[in-house]
Formats: sequence, structure tokens, C-alpha cells
Amino acid sequence: MSYRVIIGLEVHVELRTKAKMFCTCSADYFGQKPNTHTCPVCLGLPGALPVPNQQALEWCVQIGQALNCNIPLFSKFDRKNYFYPDLAKGYQISQYDEPFCLGGQIEVNGKKFGITRVHMEEDTGKLSHEGDSSLIDFNRSGVPLVEIVTEPDFDNAKDVKAYLQKLQQIVRYLGVSDADMEKGQMRLEPNISIFLDGNSKGLPNYKVEVKNINSFGFVEKAINFEIERQLEILKKGEKPAQETRGWNETKNATVSQRLKEEANDYRYFPEPDIPPIRWTAEQITNLKNQIPELPDEKLIRFKKEFALSEYDAEILIREIVLADYFEEAVKVAQGKTTPKQIANQIINKKINIDNVLPAKLIEDIIKSEKTEDVNSDDLKSVVQKVLKDNPQIKEDFAKGKDSVVQFAIGQVMYVVRKKIDINIVRQLILEELK
Amino acid sequence: MKLNNLTIKKTREGLTSKQFSSSEVVNDCLEQIKKHDLNAFITVCEKEALEQAKQADILIKAGQNLPLLGVPVAAKDIFSTKGIKTTASSKVLENYIPEYDATVISKLKAAGAIIIGKTNCDAWAHGSSGENSDFGPVKNPWNEEYVPGGSSSGSAVSVAANMTIAATGTDTGGSIRLPASFTNTVGLKPTYGRVSRYGIIAMASSLDTIGHFTKTVEDSAIFLKVTAGQDKLDATTPGVEVPNYLSSLNNNVKGLKIGVPKEYFIEGLDKRIKKNIEDAIKFYGKNGAEIVEISLPNTDNAIACYYIIQPAEVSSNLARYDGIRFGNLRDAFGEEAKRRIMLGTFTLSVGYYDAYYKKAMKVRTLILEDFEKAFQKVDAIITPTSPTLPWKFGEKIDDPLAMYLSDVFTVTANIAGIPGLSVPTGFIDGLPVGMQILGKHFSEDLLFKVGNFYEQAHDFYKQTPYEL
Repeated sequence: MSYRVIIGLEVHVELRTKAKMFCTCSADYFGQKPNTHTCPVCLGLPGALPVPNQQALEWCVQIGQALNCNIPLFSKFDRKNYFYPDLAKGYQISQYDEPFCLGGQIEVNGKKFGITRVHMEEDTGKLSHEGDSSLIDFNRSGVPLVEIVTEPDFDNAKDVKAYLQKLQQIVRYLGVSDADMEKGQMRLEPNISIFLDGNSKGLPNYKVEVKNINSFGFVEKAINFEIERQLEILKKGEKPAQETRGWNETKNATVSQRLKEEANDYRYFPEPDIPPIRWTAEQITNLKNQIPELPDEKLIRFKKEFALSEYDAEILIREIVLADYFEEAVKVAQGKTTPKQIANQIINKKINIDNVLPAKLIEDIIKSEKTEDVNSDDLKSVVQKVLKDNPQIKEDFAKGKDSVVQFAIGQVMYVVRKKIDINIVRQLILEELK
Repeated sequence: MKLNNLTIKKTREGLTSKQFSSSEVVNDCLEQIKKHDLNAFITVCEKEALEQAKQADILIKAGQNLPLLGVPVAAKDIFSTKGIKTTASSKVLENYIPEYDATVISKLKAAGAIIIGKTNCDAWAHGSSGENSDFGPVKNPWNEEYVPGGSSSGSAVSVAANMTIAATGTDTGGSIRLPASFTNTVGLKPTYGRVSRYGIIAMASSLDTIGHFTKTVEDSAIFLKVTAGQDKLDATTPGVEVPNYLSSLNNNVKGLKIGVPKEYFIEGLDKRIKKNIEDAIKFYGKNGAEIVEISLPNTDNAIACYYIIQPAEVSSNLARYDGIRFGNLRDAFGEEAKRRIMLGTFTLSVGYYDAYYKKAMKVRTLILEDFEKAFQKVDAIITPTSPTLPWKFGEKIDDPLAMYLSDVFTVTANIAGIPGLSVPTGFIDGLPVGMQILGKHFSEDLLFKVGNFYEQAHDFYKQTPYEL
């Protein structure tokens, strides 16, 4: 029986703006003393009003542009109404039917995946429970959050993982988020469902959302677990429940969190405190022009411009700081060493780019390559002595064992104990052997 | 001479020419507050006001000249005042003390004003009579058996009864203009976005405007010059320049085109009020203004449109009072707040949104277009502020619909976002009447000019409910 897995993703990314989304409090909340980054606005005090952070709006648009979305010139904020203790105003300012970015796509593993939308919203406060009491920290309340929603185009965990890695890479390249999952700056929510009949069209009549996943590895595991779990239910002729599940690291399993019989009614309506956003075509073009070279383009350029292998180029572009470091080193080298040598040094020696300046790196490479001059007559007599002391070399070479030359080189170098040009040594040995 | 009877203009003149001190003005106001039990105030800031008056007197002596230096001003109890209890006249916020000042309060303080107290109002500004306050109704000083109009009832009454020189208010559907017309005071509802809403407890965010009550139109102009302007804390305040409103009070209406919308002179309008307003319009005609009959065809739908949009926003704005972080539990909400939360929650729900909220937003556009068309033909529009005279306490309390209809002439300006000024036009059976002057967006200067012209010829503001 050929079944069909259908996966879509919602990813939340916290922007690294200085200020929060709608007030001037610092958005850098991680590890801070609770409720120290707060003001009337992010505490939702009576009468306080939100004023959007222009930087955040522009970064959201740039994420959309990097994902090949359309950027409508008209957009607006909406209120998403629901009660939860960590939601200061009783509603979250989000975007409903007219988000900043629509209809993009991204290529991963040679396949294209649709991006439904990218929109801007605000983060909530954080609840913690101690004994009988629950505590609320509003430092995170109002931190800018971008939600990236894909089409249900994925059918396996491997592609999902690759997509997420690429997304993380892109927002880091844009410099708009650190996307550190341990710090909750990137949050992953796959929606998974299955058609038992592989020929079925459309979407299954249920959907399981998995939340609280804080690593790409766990997403992979959670998806594979869900596929197994749902298949088992489907094969019994039953329908998996429409629900939200969480990933439990210790159980290595997803566990049910909340049954969702039907969609929540968030009573969305246009946010009256924020006038609609009207971009000019020029603003959108300017934002697009400010986008730096993204990983895909950089990979192609590195291979072409620096004659690097796919493997080397891929490692170098993984993080923009490393790619920049490599390019800087190439520039410093001024042709004294090849980009390939530089790449080798960075990748094989696992250079700590925070400690070794590009200039120092080049210096080291050149030094290691530099050979000392040795009188050619002296060298010749060393070669002759080595061959005389090791008659086996000549015999083996005569039998066609070319590899014995390498052994002879080693012996010569051992005697000379200087950094000399191997090619010259090889040449001399071959001459003597013939 | 009792100083609490003065206008802003006269107070400032007396203070700068050292005829009296700010402390004396504040004392006379405090005395008047104590003398008449109208329930106009929730909090009287006696100690703070006297202290500030002392400071003001020092500054005046030193030659400081600020537009409101030493002038007592009352604030509706939905303006956040740092360190001073702000209840919105609801038991929910019975003990709430804000950490910060509303922008308007900061501006008033910076202009030298003295906050004399926080005035009573319909809870959360929900109401047209002042009877919805959780701390008891405000009485009309002209006849204490009658309502003073709402929701900014305490502010209107505090000015009418000379308990303060001026007072702030908010107007979401008529909450300044209606009580102004019921109390013989001048009430300004500015253009939406003209005055910052930051720090003022929101009722319906797309309709809320921040205005004030004064004794004269000139005072209203002085006051607006202080409060108006773009605020970086309120994204809905555009960078439109604040003109010198006083220079427009030139006592000349020659050639001005005044529109009279037929939809506002209909059955249901008290015949005596109709005559009163028609006389006021004739007065402008006699003095060289051109009177033009106009039509605002979508007026009929205004109340329905308003009572969908407004409760929708109310239901969302009141969600933060969940009893978790501050305030009392939700069961402390009064009947009217509960009614609006339910109405709004209903109209925003899936399956109803399109039929109610979305349709109301379309009607909103039509009403705005009505006014835009009208203002191509005329400079200003004059209508009655209220279809009826003030009513007796309890008369409409069990009939929410009848209560809602008292805003029939005022809600249109909130829906369209245009400014409106209510100016006293006399008395019927000893109860005050007012006319409403409407203009296009940001035309407050014109409204002042039109209102001032009538006021200077009639002097109704010189009549006071109590012997001085």
C-alpha cells in the first residue's frame, strides 16, 4: 500500500532589533532579571498604545524577499483575541488577511517548496510555575516575531530538516535574527497528516501540529514518530485526532497537549491603534537592493570564482562570518597562495576565526609552504647515499613499484632535516634510479 | 469676587497682572466642589493641587508665562495620572494607580495647569447620561433631578458648576458634545488623531477622540493649542501642524457657507430645540453667512454602524482587565460593559464578522463620503447637538436602545473622524440647549470662529446655575 505524507511548517523567528515591536524597551531579554525590560506598552497597562518598530517591518519584508515572496504595497496589523495569562492585552497584535509577504518559494534538496506567507507579530510574556504559584515575566512581551508559513509541500523529515537549516541560514545571512533555538529565537511547528491511499488528492480531514521542538534533529525525530503513529491508527481504519502534540525528549515521542476539535475563533479585526502600512514601490526596491548575497548565490560564486569543490564551498558558506573570513583571507593573500590552499587550511585545520586574523592565517600558510635552498650537489650526494644504504629501493623501482619513490623522498628529507622542495628531491631520485 | 467663575483667559490675565494668586483660584474651586454635592469628582486632589498652585505662584512671580500656568483643570477619570488613582469609574479599577501620565496630562502640566481632580463618568465611558458610573450618577447643576449627559458627565458638570476653570473629556460617540449641550458649556470633540490618545483608557480605539470642556469658545481654542499635535507614542496622530487657533476668532462670518442637513431636523427632534437651532442658524444668515440646505443620506445608518464597530473594539479593549495582573475580577464589570463585551464578541465571531463588522466598515466609508461631498459645498455644518433636552434620572436606564439614540446627531462625526463643537444656544424650561458645529478634518480653527461669533453675541456662558 502506498501512503502519502503531507507536512507543512510554521516557523517563528525572533528579530534581533534593539527595541521591541511596539515600544522602546530593549528586546534583548535573554537571561535578564524578570520584568526589567518593561513599560506601560508591553505590560498592556490601561491607555498604552503600540507604535510599530520600522526596522522590524523592514526586516520582515526582507525575509519575505529572500524567500521570493510578493510584497503587497498595502498591509495592516490585526488583533488576534484570546485569553492567556502571558498575553498582556488580551489580544496579540498580528497580521491576518493582509500580511507583509505572500506566495514565495524556496529550493531545497533540488526541490521547490511553496512559502504561503510571512507575517509580523509580537511575542508574548513567559510563564513559569513554582510550587503553587505561577509567575509571569513580561521581558519577552512585545519582542518582534516573524512567522513563516509553508505550503503543505513536504513529504519527508529529511527535506523538512534541510528547509529549516536553510531558513536559519537565510535569516542569519540577512542579519535579522540569530535564530538560536536554545534561546527560543527560532521555534518550529510542523503539521503532519497522512493519506493512506497515495492517490488521494487535496488534504486529509485532520491535522496534527507538533510544538515545543527546539532542534532540527528533534523535528526529524518527531515527524518520523508521527508518521509511524498516524499510520498505525489509519491502518486500523481509524482517523487520528485533530490535535496539538508536543515533543518529549525523554520519552523520544510526541505527546498529546490539546485536542483541537475545530479552529479557535480568534475574532480577528483590523488593529485600530496602528494605521495601515503603505509601502512605495521604491521602498520595496530599496529593501530588496539592501539584501546581501544569500547562501545559494554565494555557493555558486565561490565554486566559480575560487575554483572550489562543492564540498569546500558548502562548508565555507554555511555561516556568513566564515564565508566573509575566507574572502578576506583571499584578498589578503594577493595571489601568494591559492584560494584552494586557504580553504584547505580553514576546513582541515579547523581554524578558530575569532582568534586568527585573516592576515595571520595567510602568513602561516605561506610559511608552511616556504622551502629552503639547499646546494644541489649536496642534495645529490644525500640522494646517492640514501639509495646506496637502501638497495631495496632500486630493486623495487625496477619491478615497477613506483610508490617506493615516496619512501625514498622521506628518507632524503629525514637526512636533510630542512624544508626543501619535494619536487626537486623527487626529480633527483628519479634521475639516479634511471 | 469668586475666582472659580473665571474663564482661562481671565484667570491668566488676573494671574499675570497679580490681581490674585493661583492658590486663591484653586481654593475657590475646592470650596465650590465641597459646597455642591453633584458627585462630579471621584478623586479631588486637594493637597497636590494646593502644592502645585504654590509652585505656580512662585513661577508667576518670577515672570514665567505659560498658557495654563496656575489654571486649575479637572481630568476625566479615564486619563492616566501618575500616582493618582484612575478608575474609569469602574469597580474593576477601583484601586488602580497608574505608573505614568497620559500624554495630554503631561502636556497640560508642562503648560502650567494644575490637576485639581479626577471627574466621574459613565464607567469605561459607556453611556449618554452619566448614570452608568459604578460610583453613583453625576447630577446636573441646572436641575439636580436631571441627567447631565454622558459619558464625560463629571467634567461637564465641574465646568458648568464652576468647580474648575476647564476639564478634559473623551468623545467616542458624543461623550463631550452631549454633556456640553446639557450643561451650558462649550465642548470640543477634535478631529480623530488631533490629540494623542496615549495613556487614556481606550473605549473604542478607532472612534475615541480627546477633547475638553470650557466656559467659552476662546478658552477651548487656548486649551486645544496645548493638547493638540503629533505624539510619537500614538501612531494615529499625523504630523499636521497645530495652527494658532486664537487668530481665527475674528468675529466675521461674512461669505461663510453653513450647511443645514435635512436628516438632522426630523421627527423625534424636540420641536423647541428645532426652533432654537433654526434661530441660531438664522442669526448666521442675518450676519452675512450663506445658509445652504444639504443632505447626508447615510445618517440613518449611523447608529447601527456605530453600535457594531464600537462594541467590537470595546470587547477587545476590555480583555486586558482579566483580574490577573491588576484590578478586580471580571465580575466587577457593570451591566453596560458586559452588554457591550457580549455584543462585540458576537459581531466579531466567525460566521458573523462579514455580516456585521465588515458591513459596518462599508457603511462607515459611506458616511465619510457623505461628509466629504457636503464639505465640497459648505464650510461648516450646524445641527442640534441632542434631539432632546436632558431627561430625568432613571427615565432611559432600562431601555438601552432609547439611550443609544440620544447620540444620533453626534456619532456621525466620530464615524467620519471629523471635529465637532457644541456651543450653548440658550435654555428651554430652565435646561440648557446646544448646537453642534461640524467641519472637515483638522478644521477646528473654523469651528472656533463660527462658535465664537454666536457666543459673543449671546453670552449664554455668563449664566451660571448657582448664585456667585
